[in-house]
This record gives sequence, structure tokens and C-alpha cells, in this order.
Amino acid sequence: MSLKVRRFLIFAAIVSTVVFTAFINEKSKNTSSSTTKSEAVASEGTQKEKFNPGEMIMEHVLDAHEWHITQFGNYPIVLPLPVILYDQGKFVCFMSSKFVSVDPVTNIYGYKAYQGYKIEDAEGANKGKIVKVLPNTETTDENAKLPFDFSITKTVFAMLMSLVIMCFVFISVARSYKKRPNQAPKGLQSLLEPIILFVRDDIAKPSIGEDRYARFMPFLLTIFFFILTNNILGVIPIFPGGANVTGNIAVTMTLAVFTFIITTFSTDKHYWRHLVDMPGVPIWLKLPVPLMPFVEIFGVFIKPVVLMIRLFANITGGHIIILGFVCLIFIFGNVNPWLTTVVGPFSFLFMIFVYMLELLVAFLQAYVFTLLSALYFGMAKVGSHH
Amino acid sequence: MLEATMNLAPVAKMGAGIGAGLAAIGGGVGISGIGRGAMEAIARQPEAIGEIRSNMILAAALVEGVAFFAIVVCMLVLFMA
Repeated sequence: MSLKVRRFLIFAAIVSTVVFTAFINEKSKNTSSSTTKSEAVASEGTQKEKFNPGEMIMEHVLDAHEWHITQFGNYPIVLPLPVILYDQGKFVCFMSSKFVSVDPVTNIYGYKAYQGYKIEDAEGANKGKIVKVLPNTETTDENAKLPFDFSITKTVFAMLMSLVIMCFVFISVARSYKKRPNQAPKGLQSLLEPIILFVRDDIAKPSIGEDRYARFMPFLLTIFFFILTNNILGVIPIFPGGANVTGNIAVTMTLAVFTFIITTFSTDKHYWRHLVDMPGVPIWLKLPVPLMPFVEIFGVFIKPVVLMIRLFANITGGHIIILGFVCLIFIFGNVNPWLTTVVGPFSFLFMIFVYMLELLVAFLQAYVFTLLSALYFGMAKVGSHH
Repeated sequence: MLEATMNLAPVAKMGAGIGAGLAAIGGGVGISGIGRGAMEAIARQPEAIGEIRSNMILAAALVEGVAFFAIVVCMLVLFMA
């Protein structure tokens, strides 16, 4: 057979063997353990519990008070993160490792209450949040209000890490531009210069105009690189990547609110007049029933909301698809361990294809967010009737 | 006859599944239209392929955003009971 077919068969055999042995190892140990290739983590601290794909995917996509890296036999390797609560006037700070308790007999990890708070694990509106407990018990205090949660969670910690990376990269590039004026770019400069010029020449200048674009460049560059860095870090499966920052709707809402605020503050008075009395529209669309004004005013708020949902849904959807392909191997393996040899290579290849797609989506969503923000800034200054 | 005590949650989940499928169809139809227009434009003027490609990707991202709104609504139905 030809060289390509032979190579594919060898690749499939290797992947099947690895996946199969990993799955067999996982089934033989009584508690969950991590596999070599995938990021799959079954629910921790359980005895022979069936693999629950929905729970695993949600665990990877949602926020948490600790950073679960992997599991070594019986011991989860977890990075505990600070819990900072503001409850009726006083701050309470402790590490989230205080919430963890180890059963001395069965050596299973579980969660307990600490200092009057616990992480709610019952199904309901408060699942995953920190709630108050009745004194000296583990039951939730139903009547107490939830404390304000300012904890450094996984998303916040990942954002801080990406900020450190961004600051390091950009400050060193700026310093090298100062130290080496009028020379060809070298090193990190030559990586970033085309991208920064792309944002300036293809996003800012055409949308905002040659005369006004410079004021908006810092914001556009910041959100472009913030979204890009966090998207890329989000698809890296191992620590320090793997936290779903831009797939968190609170983060995207904040970015959209920034765009909204800057749009509102860069308007001139003709913008507001044109919201309700737009030129070139027949009078019967404005009076007696203000159809077009209603659409335009609604649009003022809908446009940032759409920015928020587009980024959130794209990134979270991509993560769910990648995790779904990984889960597929384990779902088939639960039926019969030998099925993993068949499902393994194909699921693995599909997962790689979706990973490439996610890389494209990372760049594309950063570009689209920045482009639409620049368009809104440009459209804000309307000018007098032309 | 629908009694007052009938539990409609499974029907809601089925609706969410059908909605997600319809969203996929809508996204597919939309982006295929963009792709067709882009192919025809490239065939007419091959030297403009760079501009056409970037505009096609931009329009595809916007249309895919609309499909994602439907997905978000279906996820809300599925996971918020």
C-alpha cells in the first residue's frame, strides 16, 4: 500500500493503543484519573461512577473557586484560589482549600463548610455559588442573603495572568522601539508590528476616518489583543491555559459596556437628532407611529448586547465542541473498552480539526469585535446634513 | 387534552433540540450564500481575491453570530429548566 495509507494506519494504531491503555487504566483504578492525551476529568472523589459527559463539559466551561489541574491517583492536583467575601460590612478572606475535606476512612475528597460559608452543590439557582450556612451545620441558610463574592476565581486568575503576559510583551516592545529608533524591527517587534498596523490601517482608519482615528487606537488595540490572548489561552488544555475567560458572559458584557460608553461619549448632537428624525426616511415611518425611531433607539442598546453574545457564544461553543469530541471516546469506552481503539483515532482527528477551527475563531472574533467597535465609533459622529 | 399537572419539561428540551438544528440550517444557508457570492466574484476578477476573501470571512462571522443567538436561546431552555 502507498506511503500515505501506511502512515495513517501506523498513526491510527498508535493513537488507538494510547487511548485504549489510558481508558483501561482509568477503569481499573477505582477513582477517576487523568488520561495522557486528553483533558478529560471525570468527577473527582467517586467510586466507580459512570462517566458523566455533561458534568465534565460544564466543569471545564464554567467558573470555579479553585483551579483543578489534574488528578494523580487519588489526589486531585488543584491550585486553590483566594475566596474574598463581603458580608454585611465585613470582609472575609481565606483560601478555597479550606472548603475541601478528606474523608479519613475512604480517602475521598469532598466539600465542607468553613467559617459559616460553603459552596452550594444542591441543584437550584445557587449551585456553585458561595452561600451562608446555619451555624455549626452544613445545611444552607435559606433566609440569608448571599454574600458579595469578590473572590479571585479561575476566570479572574486567568485574566490576571493574561494581563501580565500582555503587559510584559507590549512594554518590552515599546521599550525596544524607544531604544532602537529608526531601525528595522527585531524579535517581538516584528511579530507585533504587522498586527498593530493591521488594526490601524484596516480597522481604525477606514471605519473612523483619517482625522479622528488616533484617539481610539489605544482602546481598539487593547480589546483586540485582550480578546486574542484570552481566546488562545482558553484553548490550551493545560495550566496556565484552559480557563474560559472570553466565554464568560460577564467578561464579554464588560467589554461591550466599554464600547457602549465610548460610543456614547464620542457622539455629536446630530447623532441624537438622527436617532428619532433620520434623513431620507418617509414621514409616515416616524409619525404617527414611530416605527423607525423605535428601531433606532432599540438598536442603540442592542448593538453592544449583540457584540457580547457573539463573542460569548462563539468561544463557549467552540470549547464545548472540543470537549464533546474528547467525551465521545469515553462514552464509547463505557460501552466497551475495545471501542476506544476505533473511536479514538477519528475522534482525535476531529478534535484536532476543531482545534484549528478554534484558532481561526480566536483571531476572527477578536477582529470582528474590534471592527464593529470601530464602526460604532465612526458612526457616532454624524456631522451636519450632507 | 392538556391537564394542568402535565410536565412539559421534556417537550421543552425537545423544542430546544429542534431549535438548535434549525439554527444550524439557518447558519448553513446564510454562509453558503456568502460563499457562492464570493466564488462568483473571484471567478469574475481573480486579482481581487484578497479583498474578497477578507470580506467573505467578515460577513460569515456576522451571519454565524446570528446563528449563535439561536444556540444561546436553546442552551437557556435546556439548562435553565
